[in-house]
Amino acid sequence: MKLTLRVWRQKNAGAEGTMSTYEVDGISPDMSFLEMLDVLNEQLILSGEDPVAFDHDCREGICGACSLVINGDAHGPERTTTCQLHMRSFKDGDTIDVEPWRAAAFPVVKDLVVDRSAFDRIIQAGGYITAPTGSAPEAHATPVPKPDADFAFEHAECIGCGACVAACPNGAAMLFTSAKVNHLNVLPQGAPERETRVLDMVAQMDEEGFGGCTLTGECATACPKGIPLVSITSMNKEWLRATRRAAKR
Amino acid sequence: MTSYADYTTGEPVADTKAPAGPINERWDKRRFEAKLVNPANRRKQTVIVVGTGLAGGSAGATLAEQGYRVVQFCYQDSPRRAHSIAAQGGINAAKNYRNDGDSVHRLFYDTVKGGDFRSRESNVHRLAQISVEIIDQCVAQGVPFAREYGGLLDTRSFGGVQVSRTFYARGQTGQQLLLGAYQALSRQIAAGNVEMHPRTEMLDLIVVDGRARGIVARDLITGKIDTYFADAVVLASGGYGNVFYLSTNAMNSNATAVWRAHRRGAYFANPCFTQIHPTCIPRTGDHQSKLTLMSESLRNDGRIWVPKAKGDTRPPNQIPEDERDYYLERIYPSFGNLVPRDIASRAAKNVCDEGRGVGPGGQGVYLDFADAIKRMGRGKVEERYGNLFDMYERITAENPYEVPMRIYPAVHYTMGGLWVDYDLQTTIPGLFAVGEANFSDHGANRLGASALMQGLADGYFVLPATINDYLARHPHKDEVGADHPVVQEVLAETEDRLNLLLAVDGDRTPDSFHRELGELLWEFCGMARTDSGLRKALERIPQIREEFWRRIKVPGTGEEFNQSLEKANRIVDYLELAELMCLDALHRSESCGGHFREESQTPDGEAARKDDEFGYAAAWEFTGTGEAPTLHKEDLVFEYVHPTQRSYA
Repeated sequence: MKLTLRVWRQKNAGAEGTMSTYEVDGISPDMSFLEMLDVLNEQLILSGEDPVAFDHDCREGICGACSLVINGDAHGPERTTTCQLHMRSFKDGDTIDVEPWRAAAFPVVKDLVVDRSAFDRIIQAGGYITAPTGSAPEAHATPVPKPDADFAFEHAECIGCGACVAACPNGAAMLFTSAKVNHLNVLPQGAPERETRVLDMVAQMDEEGFGGCTLTGECATACPKGIPLVSITSMNKEWLRATRRAAKR
Repeated sequence: MTSYADYTTGEPVADTKAPAGPINERWDKRRFEAKLVNPANRRKQTVIVVGTGLAGGSAGATLAEQGYRVVQFCYQDSPRRAHSIAAQGGINAAKNYRNDGDSVHRLFYDTVKGGDFRSRESNVHRLAQISVEIIDQCVAQGVPFAREYGGLLDTRSFGGVQVSRTFYARGQTGQQLLLGAYQALSRQIAAGNVEMHPRTEMLDLIVVDGRARGIVARDLITGKIDTYFADAVVLASGGYGNVFYLSTNAMNSNATAVWRAHRRGAYFANPCFTQIHPTCIPRTGDHQSKLTLMSESLRNDGRIWVPKAKGDTRPPNQIPEDERDYYLERIYPSFGNLVPRDIASRAAKNVCDEGRGVGPGGQGVYLDFADAIKRMGRGKVEERYGNLFDMYERITAENPYEVPMRIYPAVHYTMGGLWVDYDLQTTIPGLFAVGEANFSDHGANRLGASALMQGLADGYFVLPATINDYLARHPHKDEVGADHPVVQEVLAETEDRLNLLLAVDGDRTPDSFHRELGELLWEFCGMARTDSGLRKALERIPQIREEFWRRIKVPGTGEEFNQSLEKANRIVDYLELAELMCLDALHRSESCGGHFREESQTPDGEAARKDDEFGYAAAWEFTGTGEAPTLHKEDLVFEYVHPTQRSYA
């Protein structure tokens, strides 16, 4: 296949960015999208140009590093991560736009690479259970009903890629934050910190400059791991409960 | 000039830290004998941890909980992305929840035997003991393991063992365990006990007066190279499988931290012990950048075959039953498709070498579920393997319910690594190695679901206990300053290396060299190795190295985000490590575990160990680039599990 790529180029965080046009040829439908970019980069290096910087690591859809907006969609046309998107989803002669995540809380580092450390700080604010090493009781001391364990797992699947933020017209991080709140709050082990967790994580989320949620649902549509939109509703419920209890004290 | 292959044999190396006495009392005894650091003094001591996978994440969090000041590094943009996250299958623990006869001793026994008698008994026994605490710890952190309807933890059997001791979280066990460790680490970062440096890559080790005192690291965003100082350094930087270019490792996983430590004096043990996993999705062409593993549980119900005739290009559905060769069932009638990883991998290579491989380039064999679907119905197959079938279809665009899957072996894990004693300390005092970065627990072959167990055992429980002893004996007295002559020298060497890479301005990309080296290693130091092949590789590697420094092209500068420079610098180390792997494979003229020497096989074509000659771990000492290294042998003594030859026929 022969393709035309229009790629966002930006030298560094402070520089102005622009879309640059490149041609690539000999692309096989079996290549992943990132392997297609590898081909472009090999060309660029040999012609003495700066290759396109992009984040990627495991290339099997689990580390959450890859993060491209392709033709306007976070992770492109299929419901998967960019690394698991294959060129068979495109046609010979196509023109493809490739941009970084666009969100106020994710500043561009270079080209297609953005800074997602805001996510780490949301987790640091309360996305954990306090259980110092060595303090754990026997694992079977507290049975967890299977539906609760399954609910926790479904939310724990979040890979922290940030597609939800990139897809959201408001640049909100509600789906990411709710996934962690729901994972931990439903478990008996997470109960002692249930209220502080949701209050602190939501407060940190606001502080990082993520937008507000208007329930447009773009986040859940873009999520490669299928975290459901109702996750946000569950977190809102947790937050209201925690706020009410705090007011009573 | 002597050739690289003319290595010399130096003094034996011995583990002096494991106490004598009954094996089940050794860990308790060591913990009691180890000196402790007063809680008030811990604040004054700094520990550097490189890597944030299962071993590094859990070690950083635990050391910080104990009160040490931790300075931690990862090359990823977040500690949550370390490649432990990609482990699928599960984690072993001798809980015996199934009441099926499991015990600490049985897990110990299985691991020593599975490692083909090339691991250290004391270490493996401790691993089995600690396995039960890991599950408790992870559950307390909120790791959502699979559960039964009664609310208790579910387990499954894995990798051919006869007990059900593998705990799992669907096909994402590594992800869930890693997020548990990451969250514990995040709590310590928020508390100010861990100073976290993401997107910062270790480029060298600082050794002052014979002790590890810090590292040189590069900020990958600004390109700034800086020095960091500590009272001890812990490497949790993972394995070196990416030396093969194509592997199931993450793209940026690399060997620089361990190799630089090796160059500074840490012995490197058993580098030729690499694990090749039989069930990966085959490559589709030269553009292939990495390989994806599929859980080997598929072999429980799938049947592996190739056409009987060479060069048969008919679609699989048109090849009649009597023209198919179910070669594993034919050669190993009693174990069939369930033979261990190394045997299944080698058999696939053999049939492909005969010209009977399928798919692009003939590098694949069929894994067929037609019989399973007939026997159990499609619904049941979907229930068991649905997510794997989906993954396969996403990558290959073929529907495995209708067309047999194609699989081929791929490099997956490295059992070799930095030599460590029972305290996980390398031969450089103050330098520790945990997880896949060390060599200690898996011998010549790792069992399924044991990597996660070892990473977390090292990080949560072993290192935090043993490092106390070292830190107590070396209380914090002096700061090594950036102006120390040794520090200046290491820093200058690093800067020179990067500047040289940028200055060559040749006509070949970093990837082109990496691919060339990888193909060479795969051919001669892959699934089957020979004396002549390894000698060929040893002749070729210095030539590639020479060409690399003449023709490498790295665009841009060092003072910016430069992924080509990162890559090229890692290849510099691969080009040396590859040579040591080939030499180690050449010198070990026996077959054991993942290391198969064609010259050493039984009459029926199985691996033949030579315990009298090679019952040791080979710890190599660096003497200079391209210079013949020195071999130090650690004799392995088996008091509890007596070596036997494996048989699966």
